[in-house]
Amino acid sequence: MSFEQFFQYFLSGITQGSIYAIIAIGFNIIYNTTGVINFAQGEFLILGGMIAVSLSAYLPLPLAVALAVAVTMGVGLLIDLVFIRWLAGPSVLRLIVITMGLSILLREGMLHLWDEKVRALRHFTGSEISSLRILGAYISPQALWVLGISAVIVAVLNLFFKFTLAGRAMRACAANSLAARLCGIRTRRMVSLSFMLSAGIGALAGCTISPLTQTQYDMGAPLAIKGFTVAILGGLGNSMAAVAAGLILGLLEVFSVSLLPLAYKDAVSLAVLLVILFFKPGGLFGRREEQVLKEF
Amino acid sequence: MKRMLVISLIVVFLLSAVSLLFAAEKGTIKIGAILAVTGGASNLGAPEAKTLEMLVEQANASGGLDGRKVELIVKDSGGSPEKAISFARQLIEEERVLAIIGPSTSGETMKIKDICEEGKTILLSCSAAESIVNPVAQYVFKTPQNDSFAVIWIYNTLKQKGISKIGVVASNTGFGTGGKAQLEKYAPEYGIDILIAEIYDKEATDLTGVLNKLKAKNVQAVVNWSIEPAQSLVAKNMRQLGMTAPLLQSHGFGNIKYVEAAGQAAEGIIFPCGRLLVADALPPKHPQKALLTAYKRQYEAKYKEEVSTFGGHAYDAFTILVEVVKTAGTDKEKLRQGIENLKGFAGTAGIFNFSPADHNGLALDSFEMLTVKNGKFVLLKP
Repeated sequence: MSFEQFFQYFLSGITQGSIYAIIAIGFNIIYNTTGVINFAQGEFLILGGMIAVSLSAYLPLPLAVALAVAVTMGVGLLIDLVFIRWLAGPSVLRLIVITMGLSILLREGMLHLWDEKVRALRHFTGSEISSLRILGAYISPQALWVLGISAVIVAVLNLFFKFTLAGRAMRACAANSLAARLCGIRTRRMVSLSFMLSAGIGALAGCTISPLTQTQYDMGAPLAIKGFTVAILGGLGNSMAAVAAGLILGLLEVFSVSLLPLAYKDAVSLAVLLVILFFKPGGLFGRREEQVLKEF
Repeated sequence: MKRMLVISLIVVFLLSAVSLLFAAEKGTIKIGAILAVTGGASNLGAPEAKTLEMLVEQANASGGLDGRKVELIVKDSGGSPEKAISFARQLIEEERVLAIIGPSTSGETMKIKDICEEGKTILLSCSAAESIVNPVAQYVFKTPQNDSFAVIWIYNTLKQKGISKIGVVASNTGFGTGGKAQLEKYAPEYGIDILIAEIYDKEATDLTGVLNKLKAKNVQAVVNWSIEPAQSLVAKNMRQLGMTAPLLQSHGFGNIKYVEAAGQAAEGIIFPCGRLLVADALPPKHPQKALLTAYKRQYEAKYKEEVSTFGGHAYDAFTILVEVVKTAGTDKEKLRQGIENLKGFAGTAGIFNFSPADHNGLALDSFEMLTVKNGKFVLLKP
């Protein structure tokens, strides 16, 4: 394989991987604050994309994307208020069933609001055929946007959780919610905030990938499964590990295509996941104790 | 307690007797349709459903079929073979339909082929794989052209362009794998060397990996065989990777929505197609011209979207049924034989000449080679 081809696969891999990473971070934020695995995470991406596509017919693109993110954050908040907040000491199974039901609800809602057609947002810069040449490899400018925005999301989240009061309060809830409440932190508000945050970054990611992957009402479930796989691979609850795991999985999938027939791509990534979990059940970067503490 | 039981039993008995009365009084002709109105194949199923609804409305407005009103029962399979199976059983056993139009995809059709044959219900499929009518099942017919014809047209075009080394990508559906098999079957005969052939998942959202593999092999052209939105993805990814080789698609590209989704990347795509999409460019005496332009005009006026060849397949299925009912009535066996003996019937896909051995009825000349220019379908000038 020449260097150009290697770099081409590499760019493809990290672009795919960063999408998986963003979805996994969305899972982790909600999991950390509430212990809930939100299976409706994939739908947040699609909802953001769909709203942005509809709005972009009337508004300039940045405004359409911003509004789509805001509306999806509102939907996230609504989900928390209506379905999660009033549950008292729910079991894990109950929560899983609830979020799966929510995923179906959102999907059907989108089908009725937007119909079954495939849509795609305008490319942020350039068009469907623009292609940049970097070190001999070709990449669409939109893929660079995906990489860039993913990096910005990860950086901003890091700063948010380290340096802002709200961020630290959310980490406190994740560590020990009873102690956090005793310190005067409104845990219910933190839960709502975590849903809003997950929905927001999901929507932003959805808008960014829409020009590349196109958006259709039922694309949420496969995305959520991949994102969940990456979250587990990195160690559930650990967002930086999710980023690393996402990139690893993306690269693994793309390089497997270069060696094996494409039909085996998913089989390879799942097989690797199984092998890793066999040896490290807490994920690549997880430690057994950490799973109990749920540290960010 | 006992009184309540007796009274409720009587009520139930009366209700079922009344409903039986209604059923006997209705006397409508039931035609079932299993179409992928939503899901990945919705660019096929939605125009098919709309076409059928339009035609049934027209038929009922002018006296119905065989003197009775037509009742169209459309089931949305979403492209899922499992749903198609359960709908097929429902339509045959519960609704007792005269015939089933559809399904939209080859994968679904292959799964319900045996069910319709056993249930002795006529199936007029709107999907293209040759394996639907080969081996022939007595009650199973199809209206789209064979994928083998599409392959022959593609290979002839490639030869004209002096291209012999190609890369093939196909989706993992019945249509995609069927097309790939036909491409591989006819390649030696036409001197085509398939350097690499890969199958991708029908829900794939990124094909740059596999296209990079094709690019590395220096293929002179790429042939894609699928009906999913992936048809547009292949076009876009190829241009994003800086590939200049021409892209040829199957006759599954016959809906302008795929062109719109691909944007500028769709320019120059070549594919074989029925004449519906270029009806206006046909000479006035052409046997299909009148019905093509009429269908196009009616469909576009009613639904405010451009016609696609897929709606045309449903059009052919229904009009064939109507034509044969005129002479054979609604006896399923007579109807079946009637279709088998139908010759010279002009439809949107071509001129149909059925026979007991040929349950598709279309020949190689039912295709034209089309290309995309300025976002529109035009005839390919040789």
